[in-house]
Amino acid sequence: MTGELELLRDQAEAELGKAGSEEEIQAIRTRYLGRKGLLTGLLRNIAHVAPEDRPGFGKECNELKEAISSKVDQVLDRLVSSQREQAILREQIDVTLPGRAVRQGRLHPVTQIRDEICRIFAGLGFSVVEGPEIELDYYNFEALNIPKDHPARDMQDTFYVEDNIVLRTHTSPVQVRIMEKTRPPVRILSPGRVYRRDSDVSHTPMFHQIEGLLVDRGVSFGDLKGVLTVFLRQMFGDDTALRFRPSFFPFTEPSAEVDIRCVMCSGRGCRVCGQSGWLEILGSGMVDPEVFKNVGYDPEEFTGFAFGLGLERIAMLKFGISDIRLFFENDLRFLEQF
Amino acid sequence: MQVSLKWLKDYVDVDLPPEELAERLTMAGLEVDSLRRIEPAFSGVTVARIVSLRPHPQADQLSLCEVAAGKATFPVVCGAKNIRVGDIVPLAGVGAVLPGGDVIRSARIRGEVSEGMLCSEAELGIGADVSGIMILPSDLPVGKELADALDLHDAVLDIGVTPNRSDCLSMVGVAREVAAVMGKELCNPPFHVAENDEDIRGITSVSIEDPDLCPRYTARVIRNVRIGPSPFWMRRKLEAVGLRSINNIVDVTNFVMMELGQPLHAFDFRFLEQGRIVVRRSRAGETFVSLDEKERILQADTLMICDGVKPVAIGGVMGGLNSEVKEDTETILLESAYFDPASIRRTSRRLSMGTDAAFRFERGIDPEGVVRALDRAAGLMAELSGGTVCRGVIDQYPQTVAAVKDIPLRLKRIQDILGAAVAEADVVRILGNLKMTVEPAGEGAFRVTPPTCRVDIAREIDLIEEIARMYGYDRVPATLPAVSVIAGGVDGKSAVEARVREIMTGAGYQEVINYSFVSPDAIDQLGLAETDERRQHVRIRNPLTEEQAVMRTTLVQSLLSNARRNADVGCFDLKIFEMGRTFIRQGEGKQPRENNRAAFLITGRRYEDRWHFQDLQSDFYDLKGCAENILDTLRVSAPSFRESVPQPFLHPGKACGLFDGETQIGFLGEVHPDVMARMDLTATAVVCELDMDLLVANYSPKAVFHNLPRFPSSSRDVAFLVRREVAAAEVLRSAADFFEELLEKVKIFDVYETGNIPAGMKSLGMRFSYRSADRTLTDDEVNEAHARIVQRIVHATGASIR
Repeated sequence: MTGELELLRDQAEAELGKAGSEEEIQAIRTRYLGRKGLLTGLLRNIAHVAPEDRPGFGKECNELKEAISSKVDQVLDRLVSSQREQAILREQIDVTLPGRAVRQGRLHPVTQIRDEICRIFAGLGFSVVEGPEIELDYYNFEALNIPKDHPARDMQDTFYVEDNIVLRTHTSPVQVRIMEKTRPPVRILSPGRVYRRDSDVSHTPMFHQIEGLLVDRGVSFGDLKGVLTVFLRQMFGDDTALRFRPSFFPFTEPSAEVDIRCVMCSGRGCRVCGQSGWLEILGSGMVDPEVFKNVGYDPEEFTGFAFGLGLERIAMLKFGISDIRLFFENDLRFLEQF
Repeated sequence: MQVSLKWLKDYVDVDLPPEELAERLTMAGLEVDSLRRIEPAFSGVTVARIVSLRPHPQADQLSLCEVAAGKATFPVVCGAKNIRVGDIVPLAGVGAVLPGGDVIRSARIRGEVSEGMLCSEAELGIGADVSGIMILPSDLPVGKELADALDLHDAVLDIGVTPNRSDCLSMVGVAREVAAVMGKELCNPPFHVAENDEDIRGITSVSIEDPDLCPRYTARVIRNVRIGPSPFWMRRKLEAVGLRSINNIVDVTNFVMMELGQPLHAFDFRFLEQGRIVVRRSRAGETFVSLDEKERILQADTLMICDGVKPVAIGGVMGGLNSEVKEDTETILLESAYFDPASIRRTSRRLSMGTDAAFRFERGIDPEGVVRALDRAAGLMAELSGGTVCRGVIDQYPQTVAAVKDIPLRLKRIQDILGAAVAEADVVRILGNLKMTVEPAGEGAFRVTPPTCRVDIAREIDLIEEIARMYGYDRVPATLPAVSVIAGGVDGKSAVEARVREIMTGAGYQEVINYSFVSPDAIDQLGLAETDERRQHVRIRNPLTEEQAVMRTTLVQSLLSNARRNADVGCFDLKIFEMGRTFIRQGEGKQPRENNRAAFLITGRRYEDRWHFQDLQSDFYDLKGCAENILDTLRVSAPSFRESVPQPFLHPGKACGLFDGETQIGFLGEVHPDVMARMDLTATAVVCELDMDLLVANYSPKAVFHNLPRFPSSSRDVAFLVRREVAAAEVLRSAADFFEELLEKVKIFDVYETGNIPAGMKSLGMRFSYRSADRTLTDDEVNEAHARIVQRIVHATGASIR
């Protein structure tokens, strides 16, 4: 390389070494490599070079051009990344401050339990149906084998609208209405509000029930046990111990209460289970032939089972709530916990 | 039903610990709700005999006794007057603890040593008698712990007897069940009664005028009774099952009712005018004073037990004050009857007299056990009161209570219903244990006759239930039904409700559930007009409180009351929603119209206090946004928010109706300041209520796909100056109504009313987007279309361009 070129290279490198801003670097690029730049000027003077030296000189000029250009890029890159680094340091935020989301609302715990139960039974082929909350005496009682002046009416203290119109005391009238309209097979689930004239720590005048009904040919009490076992194990866990024990409902026979091992004390006995180690969780039974006759099914041809359970009770057990009235006070401090 | 284990053991040999018996009964259908142990409330009290007795030298009222208890004798100073040498008495020795915690110490009383205390029943907490020292039976072993000598240990099972099992409302009934469960023998009490020579037919008579209400009435007469306290054993038994001892006659009626389940009544014969019994319906308006000293006004069809002149008892419910057994009663007329269950139930409910007798009669007693109980009670009365039973029973039985016989039962049906291979031998054994008569009726078939006390058994299915519970529910294998395949799933209503819940919870709203009933004042609080349909509420005839007396006709008031309650506990920022029904009365004898509705409320700040949101007050548009999201998600085809019949509880300037086409599906607006004031709420609140039935009816879950645009759009912004009262929707509509195919959409991006805008005017900043499906539009094309639309808006709304 000629001394002139070397001089130019050293000069450019020195200037780049001192440059502190993007503008200065760009100015250096222009001064050496621009159309009127110093290197361009040297090339223009190629006429003064001896003809045999010209190819060598041209080559050296081009190499120098490449070298300065890459040096400029290099310096520029270094500058940009150092500036970015500084900016990043400046932009640091307090990541511990709360985020900007709108706080998610919650579903009422009773709704959550209802949805869970409906999901489980949908998987077993049950469909959701509904019926009136203000019901005729016939559907709420008589069609369910609970005649007037029968002591079984004491099991449910009733709100009356008129002599023959009541606030339904259970969701069972829906099974009668559905059976009146459909032929078997029937597999329904009916959730909803029910009303009983009662109010204390474990009773509210309104609460929620889910009624289930399965009617077909050849349905047995063993099937009732099987379906409810599947349901309760899904609801309370695979290793939930349960027992079926004889009871009485006017519209089923044989009837069974189903108990699960107490979820609070695992059966050792506590206040929640009244020291028995068991929790009453639902009522069930084989549909009484009288009910089938009332809806025009032949009890010799079809059999079936029905069951009913209180949603608040299940929610109380699952969430450990001790006072049922909290469900309807709608205090946000309560509702936001679920 | 309280069952004393000790009492129960009189009739069946129970050798299980009480806990285990409770478990066995529960699993056979007699649910034991609780188990209570009875132990004496004292310790260190022994059986003692009085060896000598002399007056206290220093005190007239006291005596000095020498009492023997076991090998030792003790000096005791005693103040009671009822003791004699040789009496067996309870001695609380030194160190004994009496009920209440008093400890007996050696003492010197007026100079004489006393090493213990002789006790009365009351002092031991085992009776009410305070009159003197408790004199014990002479055969009690001296020196033995009193608690063991009197066997004061017991366990009481509280059994929740289901309404069908009237046969278990007695000790013998439960014993019968225990015997069946454990395969033991039942041992009945003695029914034999010794009679004197006086024939009852010479003393009294019974005539039943209304046999439909009283199919059977039996009576006995007991002469020369002496009224006094019952013996200790009887009082202990009655107390163990929660009954109070009254006297030896009344106690026998209660004792036999508890023992056999047959309610009885004892009349003082001298108060029965004409010395006879007439059973008849009451006359309307007749009054009667029952044993509880309350005057009752009777309805026409109440069954009364009368003498020759007047009523003396409300049949099957309660006796009368006018014929009550008194201290000087000598002759008893004892009643044992069968009454019509439904009639007793009507009477006891109408008069609010849920007596033990009515409870049993209305569930049905054993019609064939009436005389047995009469004899048992007469025998006991004679024994306890020193009286004699007159010869013969009056048994008026004009109308036979039908007993069920020969119920057909098929083995295959049992197996089909239960899904268990119950063997024929099991069936015969179980029914036999239950004291049913089983006769073969061909291959795998039987005819079964239940005992007359089992009034709940009439059909094959009733027998199958008996077999199932005795066989053991736990022995039935759990199976899954081999039934027709049906798709289960989610119906339209559940799906729509789930979408609305998702949207609202996502927007930060909390779901609430309120009672369906409200106070009748709720309507007034909302200021509904007289003609408003929502005034047609359903009234509950027997509400718990007036606050819960009518079924709600809108959800709005419930949500406002939630705002009120939460404000009371310091929470003023609220976003809540509820889904539930409203009820509109349709007239006498008709079920009301029920509507599924959803309602939303926002009040206070839009967001909770956060460092990046300043105190932003919520308003109309917060809730409108949610409503728009719901209508959009549910694909309501022609949604609009516009004026409708105003809701009187909404701010007239900040409210609108929600429409799908021309059908109103709800309303939305700020709550009227008057209503807020009436509910003592200070902030503003916005509410919205939607008719979910209409939304469900028009909901289609199917989405329609549109191809993505291939060419870019261009947009133009304009600010229109319009009169303040011109609705934004009107401006938008005039753009939309003008058919301009290149116009893709219009958005309002700015609304401005202050600053340099003239009074009564507002500025609407609007962005118009233009696009063609088949080419990129040129500036000229866009400008032309845009000019046409702006022109149109100016023309239609009187707007000018800023």
